Amino acid sequence: MMNIDIFNRAGAFAENKDIARDIRIKELLPALTRGEEVTLNFNKVEAATQSFIHALISDILRKHGADVLDRIAFKSCNVTVKKIIEIVVDYMLEGMGIEEDENHD
Amino acid sequence: MRIHLPNSAFLGNIDPFLRAFEPSSPDVLEITANEKWISVHPVVLSMIAALGVSIDPRGIQCEKLEARSKHYLVRMGLFKILSIPPPQDIQMVEHEPAGRFIPITQIRTSDELTKFITEMIPLLHLAQEQAKTIGYIVSELVRNVIEHAHSMYGAFLCAQYYAKSNTIRIGIADTGRGIKTTINQAYSVTTDLEAIQLALWPGITGTTRREGGTEQNAGAGLFFIKSIAGVNRDFFMIYSGGAFYKLLRRPSSSKLRLNADPFKDRHSIDDELPFWQGTIVGIDITLDQTEEFSLLLDAIGKTYTNAVKERKKARYRRPRFI
Repeated sequence: MMNIDIFNRAGAFAENKDIARDIRIKELLPALTRGEEVTLNFNKVEAATQSFIHALISDILRKHGADVLDRIAFKSCNVTVKKIIEIVVDYMLEGMGIEEDENHD
Repeated sequence: MRIHLPNSAFLGNIDPFLRAFEPSSPDVLEITANEKWISVHPVVLSMIAALGVSIDPRGIQCEKLEARSKHYLVRMGLFKILSIPPPQDIQMVEHEPAGRFIPITQIRTSDELTKFITEMIPLLHLAQEQAKTIGYIVSELVRNVIEHAHSMYGAFLCAQYYAKSNTIRIGIADTGRGIKTTINQAYSVTTDLEAIQLALWPGITGTTRREGGTEQNAGAGLFFIKSIAGVNRDFFMIYSGGAFYKLLRRPSSSKLRLNADPFKDRHSIDDELPFWQGTIVGIDITLDQTEEFSLLLDAIGKTYTNAVKERKKARYRRPRFI
């Protein structure tokens, strides 16, 4: 189980997409590709932008599909962060539906 | 180029100011002002900074300012960022900026932005919910400039707190490639206004036509910002190329409704403005009516997902029986 502390990387206001990309490419994606489970720990993160969360997880959802959510735990999220994560997951999963539909044409 | 500072230019009445902007002769900037009073939205100062920084300071002429409020331009750092002396000796008493304003600031990189936000939030002395909203707006708007404008000068931002209305007004300007050029990388639009309409739509980005965007861009930032203004019944404006869109204030009696299509919101447009090479965004946030950010996100999430569903539905085809 890998634990990634978002506050330590991005601070109380997680908005720097470059940091999100680095976490995704260097830690999150390799761990999930190895079949590991990952905890994204948002303890002490007061807010995050949609852009940050998108840069963190959208490509993971696209590459691994919705089932990858069974192997990612979002820990200690406050209400705001939870809702941003839900928005990004919802529009990605809806959008992936379109791509799958088009691939079946 | 010529720009005239009127006695009043805020988002509600900014249209005549924008129409009066004269973009010809890009090597020269002439600044004139109302003789009695200058009271302008921060977006006006961000515009002047963005214009002035791209030219040789020797090409900037600012007439002698007569208005009693002239010290405001000095305090906001206008002459400093333009690298010119004030047109005359302007006496003023300096107050601590804490809780009052953010002077004109140039931001060119992602790290500069992160540092700026970290320092800005304590300066404004805001409650936690309000700080989240303002930080969110600044981050998304400036990141748009850094990632899409392709301007060597970056973003110019300033903000002012108005105690009487308990409002923070924010202006961000760049002289980059503009929204139409950015959107045209993935979509085919012929006018600046069409480009603005698409840019405000959730899930539309100039980086790809793929639903969900790229790994770094979703095309949601401007929709979120417009929604924040809409929910709070505040003004929001965007000006790029020759086109201008303004979200008008929602009457207090009207029911909250976020629209994916910005043209379905209560708005005004103008597509014959003087050409602005780049993009300008202005927004007001009235603090005592700022909805709790998490409630705002419920409405945004619902509208966003519905917009994706609508696009999905539009791609289905029914059999044609003839």
